Amino acid sequence: MSEQATALPSATEQTEAPAAARGHRRRIEQLRAIALGLGFPILLILLWDRAVAITGTRLVPSPRDVAVMMYDFSFGGVYDDAFSATILTHIWKSMTRVYGGFFLAALIGIPLGLMIGRVKLLRQLLDPTINLLRPIPVTAWLPLSMIFFGLGPNAAIFLVFLGAFYPILLNTIFGVRSVDVRLFEAAAMLGCKGSAMFRQVVFPASLPSIFNGLRIAHGFAWILIVVGEMTGVPTGLGSVIMDGRTLSRTDLVVTGMIVIGVCGFVTDRIIVMISNRVLQWSPQHHA
Amino acid sequence: MPEARPHVMIRGVSKRFQVGDGEIDALGRIDVAIDPGAFVCLIGASGCGKSTLLRIVAGFEEPTTGEVLVDDKPVTGPGSDRGMVFQDYALFPWMTVRQNVGFGPRQRQLSRREVEEIAHEFVKLVGLEQAANRYPNQLSGGMKQRVAIARVLANHANILLMDEPFGALDALTREQLQRELLQIWTRSRVTILFVTHSVEEAALLADRVLVMSAGPGRIEADIRIDLPRPRDVSSPEFNAVRRDLARRLTSHLAAPRNLETVVT
Repeated sequence: MSEQATALPSATEQTEAPAAARGHRRRIEQLRAIALGLGFPILLILLWDRAVAITGTRLVPSPRDVAVMMYDFSFGGVYDDAFSATILTHIWKSMTRVYGGFFLAALIGIPLGLMIGRVKLLRQLLDPTINLLRPIPVTAWLPLSMIFFGLGPNAAIFLVFLGAFYPILLNTIFGVRSVDVRLFEAAAMLGCKGSAMFRQVVFPASLPSIFNGLRIAHGFAWILIVVGEMTGVPTGLGSVIMDGRTLSRTDLVVTGMIVIGVCGFVTDRIIVMISNRVLQWSPQHHA
Repeated sequence: MPEARPHVMIRGVSKRFQVGDGEIDALGRIDVAIDPGAFVCLIGASGCGKSTLLRIVAGFEEPTTGEVLVDDKPVTGPGSDRGMVFQDYALFPWMTVRQNVGFGPRQRQLSRREVEEIAHEFVKLVGLEQAANRYPNQLSGGMKQRVAIARVLANHANILLMDEPFGALDALTREQLQRELLQIWTRSRVTILFVTHSVEEAALLADRVLVMSAGPGRIEADIRIDLPRPRDVSSPEFNAVRRDLARRLTSHLAAPRNLETVVT
């Protein structure tokens, strides 16, 4: 039986011989991916610059205006107004709201999804309501959330929570429902029952789908930050954009947009890294 | 020799499934007593209810009538005394080989060290020490089925329920696993109920073969195989047993297309 067991390791040793050449080719492939990935946005910026110059519009800022604004927003020393060198404060405030809502949604959505997926009674009780509430746009909740939570960060957190909650809940339910029934049977026959079944089988087996939900929800959370910060909070990237609108400062608006984009991008990469690490047993979920 | 009490007692078990508006009788009345340490093969064409019978013994399905007794106690659900080995392995994909094997002991609230010792012992038993830290998707089919066997043995199952466990494996791996299973059985003296549709496999492995037929499933023949072990598949005696089993099996099959599944 050891022949069987050793068959695989010896096969991998053979492929390790030209490892140096493969590593070299992989680095070239990585550089190519980075060049292409960066090249396209640079092209877009050039087009934007030309379009503004040719049309001579004063309503849309040029890339240069935005770059100056971005510098002032980050370090100050250009305009020296209320927005100079405040970038970290706004990012920090927005993050507390994005992640406040996001983690709250995960904290409620994952356990609830596990139970709805596993318990038929709960599914019958809650599924119609969930599907009734889900199509309601988060923006429609804005007036009510301001009544519930007043003007301030809690209303923003609530809106982010609403947007992040459904993808997490639905993907968790889907994850539980698509686990091979045999795994539950195997666990039951090995003496696993009750809450141990949830901890040791239902949860880990649903993790690939749960991570899908978390990633989608995390994207929504950043999208909703602008809506969330329309609720009259003085700081945050969303409120910067709203201020820019009121003051007709489109360079500020675009700056806020770019900062949100970069924050969302970087944090999404972090989630993908965590998910690849946690799901290393499941090769089809490597993004 | 004193008369041994049956290890597994299947008494008047029948099973009726609800299918759409109608009902299907999957199993007629089945009565079987299985001695401790016996190697019993259930053989029959697809749809004869052999897997259903196995799942009832495992406690995954309830019989419509009748009951199953294990050591004189009625079966009410899955239990760690009966270990099922599935054709599609049903390993936990997020656990390494070692963690899969240690899953049962972990449920018994043993200390971390005891769990690790037991897992190590049974991983070694099936010769997978070098693969102990791999995940199931990094294993071949034969290795996966070894893990599945080690997993139920590590849990002190004294009845192995095997549902076409080697059906998805290539011929060479299958032969090797059959040999290993016989070794394990000889050493541990567990009772084995083994579902297969291969006449050859039944003749090679079993002390006793139950030939089943469909519509509704029932036991057509109960054959004792007294060939000495290890069995020589090329001997005339083995061939005689095999031919006898094949004849009994085919005599209940109406449609000739089923012959394919029988001859393999």
